[in-house]
Amino acid sequence: MRFILGFIGAVLAGVLLISMISNLATYVQNPPAPLASEEFHKEPKPLHLASDGIFGKFDNQQLQRGFQVYSEVCSACHSLELVSFRDLKGIGYSDAEIKKIASDWKTQVPSINPDTGEPATRKALPSDTFPAPFANEVAARAANNNALPPDLSLMTKAREGGAAYVYSLLTGFTDANKYRDEHGKPLPAEAKPPQGLHFNPYFANLNIAMPPPLTSDGQVTYADGTKPTVDQMAKDVSAFLVWTAEPNLDSRRAAGFAVVIFLLIGTILGYFAYHQVWADAKRKVRVTGALDPENQAKTRRAKAKQGVAG
Amino acid sequence: MSFSWARPYEPKHPLMRWIDERLPLPRVVYGAIGGGYPVPRNLNYWWNFGVLAGIFLTIQIITGIVLAMHYASTAGGAFNSVNQLIMRDVNAGWLLRYAHMNGASFFFIVTYIHIFRGLYYGSYKAPRELVWMLGLVIYLLMMATAFMGYVLPWGQMSYWGAQVITGFFSAFPLVGEPIRIWLLGGYAPDQAALTRFFSLHYLLPFIIAAVVILHIWALHIPGSSNPTGVDVKDEKDTLPFHPFYTAKDGWFAGGVLLVYAIVTYFAPNYLGHPDNYIPANALATPAHIVPEWYFWPFYAILRSFTVDFILEAKLWGVLAMFGSILLLFFLPWLDRSPVRSGAYRPVFKRFFWLLVIDVLILGYVGGAPLNWWRTALGQIAAAYYFLHFLVILPLVSAFETPLPLPRSISESVLHGEEAEAAPVGSSPRGGSTAAAVVQ
Repeated sequence: MRFILGFIGAVLAGVLLISMISNLATYVQNPPAPLASEEFHKEPKPLHLASDGIFGKFDNQQLQRGFQVYSEVCSACHSLELVSFRDLKGIGYSDAEIKKIASDWKTQVPSINPDTGEPATRKALPSDTFPAPFANEVAARAANNNALPPDLSLMTKAREGGAAYVYSLLTGFTDANKYRDEHGKPLPAEAKPPQGLHFNPYFANLNIAMPPPLTSDGQVTYADGTKPTVDQMAKDVSAFLVWTAEPNLDSRRAAGFAVVIFLLIGTILGYFAYHQVWADAKRKVRVTGALDPENQAKTRRAKAKQGVAG
Repeated sequence: MSFSWARPYEPKHPLMRWIDERLPLPRVVYGAIGGGYPVPRNLNYWWNFGVLAGIFLTIQIITGIVLAMHYASTAGGAFNSVNQLIMRDVNAGWLLRYAHMNGASFFFIVTYIHIFRGLYYGSYKAPRELVWMLGLVIYLLMMATAFMGYVLPWGQMSYWGAQVITGFFSAFPLVGEPIRIWLLGGYAPDQAALTRFFSLHYLLPFIIAAVVILHIWALHIPGSSNPTGVDVKDEKDTLPFHPFYTAKDGWFAGGVLLVYAIVTYFAPNYLGHPDNYIPANALATPAHIVPEWYFWPFYAILRSFTVDFILEAKLWGVLAMFGSILLLFFLPWLDRSPVRSGAYRPVFKRFFWLLVIDVLILGYVGGAPLNWWRTALGQIAAAYYFLHFLVILPLVSAFETPLPLPRSISESVLHGEEAEAAPVGSSPRGGSTAAAVVQ
């Protein structure tokens, strides 16, 4: 049996060897051309938010600004289906404010006419989730040059790079004809955006269907007096999307500290209990004389001092 | 159970005596994990991971049962029931979900350490072959459970993972495709697949728990192995499980749970993949489909076969991937060395650490996007994996000269208390005792 198994092992290793040789031969004969989407793609710019790090906490002021950017800009195309109006209490809005935000929302909630049973719409309530800007996928694609604007509820958890990616993408639109990579190399013709797409080096394949959403400073007017530069608006809406993706972040970390401290104390007590229980069973005898580790260390030191090897 | 000096159960309370006379359950528990199970006194910390695996199985079952109360196993509602209802509206739902998600990862971490401990110390050798094989059955069940659990949130990786893994079966000629369709209940993962995966994901953990009982039962016949691999000879070699090993497992479990809590509360998505926060979409394939990290080594083996040689490359990959686990069932007979512990096998020890590095390389290659050098590296590592178990191990065990073994467990740990007063070297066993202390 051992012989058969050994034979199987040798066969598998042999097939792997053949696979490797044939792959390497293909690679040497016609090495794959580097893809423009790999060569010109950029990693997200660093972004520092109040919610970063284990001690981070949401900055409600910023989240409210971000919500304003979402409602005045992004929500024209992007839904926020997992978030309810009532959740806005978590970023510091009062019940009355939430009620007003819901009933003033530009899209109404589909419903049924109570008298005729015909499809109708009604004003949103705090218990509703944010109504989507388009009735369905077909309508969304029809209005957006056949592209589907994704839901933003989980966006910062659903992309590599998270909030920094969202921020970089929003501020990363640039002219493909003038774009140079860090070596000063211009974009090859085939990588330039086709009709209807927009060049953005932070997007995976460099060309995104979304037109630049934040185009000029002062696109929104912040109530708290913060200067609404494009950069500021992009930061604020990224911070807001961190909150929509993980609304329990603050309470999760607070609970985490309590649990960690509890377990730490428990583990330390457990460790002492373990030593107590094992005290007799583990009694060690010290070696003396030449094999005592302390004497050996002394010997080593003395030898090193006199330059004796070994 | 295992040794003649094992303390019998003596009920102290009249109620316990009353129960014990009618149903000796307290007796069984006392003999299994109480003062009635004598354990070698020289176990090191690598022996803590079996208990830890039991702890994580319990965590998974408890969090999973509560999650199932809120989860909707419908293709249209699964994603939102997890990401909206459980994560936002259920009280502490985010904790249950993150604890379950990371609990799976930690269950695999401790199980992998437990398996590699068994490989190093020869825990698979006679008379513990069935303990080893039952452990492998648990591991296979864990893999099935974890895979089906990952499908349940119905995100992009859930969907495409299900697509790829059930696709393994279509590699087999003729019968493969009908089997795949039968397993999925359709041509692609959809409602039928999701509902059955949920049903099985709820069932399998209880089967795992049942096999765990068999695993422990089979273990308690010869008793636990130990770092020297030398058999227990008399009472001096053992300590009762309780309080000695409950105390040792207790504080160590606290430490591991601490790490688990840090990941769960402060980096819950670190071990996951962002694509699974995108709802499943049959029309959009993710750029890099990768399984969860604990499957990466096997995924690397699968992808390493790239040439149609007699059989199709995909079939080679699937056979090799299944074979990479199945060959472990033959391990007790592949490794013929009578010495159990790797500590006394100088050649084996080197190859063991080479295997550890090899599996880490396979894991890296399985998780990263492919390019020409990663493919080649994965192929070398996969070839070594098979050669290690099927060729090198039998040869090493036939030709290796092991180091001299200690005469007993107590000699290896007690450092010669009885010869305390005598100078080093004068006692007949002075050499080995001094060496043990210096190490």
